[in-house]
Amino acid sequence: MIQTLEPILREHPFFQGMEEQHIRLIAGCSKNVRFGEGEVIFREGDPADHFYLIREGLVSVQFVIPHDGLTTVQTVGSGEVLGWSWLFPPYRWHFDARAQQPTHALAFDGKCLRAKCDEDHDLGYEIYKRFMQVITERLEATRLQLLDMYGAHA
Amino acid sequence: MVPMLEQTEVVTAGLVPDPMLPLPYRIQRVKQETADTFTLEILPEDSSQRFSFAPGQFNMLYVFGVGEVPISISSDPGNVPLLKHTTRVVGTVTKAMRQLKRGEVMGIRGPFGSHWPVEEATGRDVVIVAGGIGLAPLRPALYRLMAERDKFRRIVLLYGTRTPEDMLYRHELERWRGKFDLEIQVTVDRAASNWRGNVGVVTTMIGRAPFDPSNTLAMLCGPEIMMRFTVMELLKRGVAAERVYLSAERNMKCGIGFCGHCQYGPTFVCKDGPVFALPSIAAILGKSEI
Repeated sequence: MIQTLEPILREHPFFQGMEEQHIRLIAGCSKNVRFGEGEVIFREGDPADHFYLIREGLVSVQFVIPHDGLTTVQTVGSGEVLGWSWLFPPYRWHFDARAQQPTHALAFDGKCLRAKCDEDHDLGYEIYKRFMQVITERLEATRLQLLDMYGAHA
Repeated sequence: MVPMLEQTEVVTAGLVPDPMLPLPYRIQRVKQETADTFTLEILPEDSSQRFSFAPGQFNMLYVFGVGEVPISISSDPGNVPLLKHTTRVVGTVTKAMRQLKRGEVMGIRGPFGSHWPVEEATGRDVVIVAGGIGLAPLRPALYRLMAERDKFRRIVLLYGTRTPEDMLYRHELERWRGKFDLEIQVTVDRAASNWRGNVGVVTTMIGRAPFDPSNTLAMLCGPEIMMRFTVMELLKRGVAAERVYLSAERNMKCGIGFCGHCQYGPTFVCKDGPVFALPSIAAILGKSEI
């Protein structure tokens, strides 16, 4: 028997409070995925055609700094969202993402979801609202990181 | 008006005749914790001397001929008279302090100030949020919580540092984590790809940390900006402001509210703090003029 992902979406903090009709539409663009430890989920410059809701595990967001090598700038864990480049042109990843631990996630087809958002603007508004919240939190966290608040001057 | 935390009863009254008089303590060990932090372990020269302190209190440490600095006590309050103070090399006195060797003598005044409300946490979840060297003043509270583990519900430690190499008390954290009755989450601001843990600021961990906000007491210590953002996240999660405590830091000199160097709005950090309930300083927290 094929199980729908709707109950899982409903329980995920990212979709909390979303209307049933929208959950059904989103579920049509989603699938369960697993990544092994160390597995690359996406690479900088590749087409950003998915985003992920992490159900269990830990993913490192990384990029290469010349002379320093691969540097992790953020980790994304259970209950969090990975990736928003699928929302905005040119739809390409700006960082690498790699599973730090065995990771279980829901993957969403960006093209499928963008098409549904174009057809149903209420759905689009809900999706953008939720992603704006994530982006705002990440921006705030990045500003704190930039402050180097634990440095010698702190 | 929310009352200030009362000074603990273990304050020096009755133990030391003059709170301005440093007592000699001999250095037992100098331990390098990270590239720029170290811990001094000291014992009183007079072995009959009584000393007790409450978690969160500080001592004035005097390097003879150089000067005196306030440093939080970071050792186990159940294991006196051995005292530990972890500090960072930031100025003349701490630089001289780092040069001290085992067997040398320094002066100690204290303990001073208010303390973490460990008793008030009885029957509640306890969330401890530490940033950088801010873990040092919280460690005595962790010792107390662990010593009386059955009195508390979940105990969660969220600890943020700059890099993995800047992490304090690494072995102790690993040992505590292995006990399974303390949730420890560590995050760093940046790391090389061989770091297996979290990367990101400590404030981002609050939203998903396992505690019941309706029955939680929080203790915070770290850079002031970190504490301000941590407070916002805790309040957003639903923790009551009156159950959020933070440790402030100002230029403490006398330790007993005489000199006024550590004035913080209407309070003196040395006497009314360093541990404050959030409502008592919420109006001045983050004010650039203060």
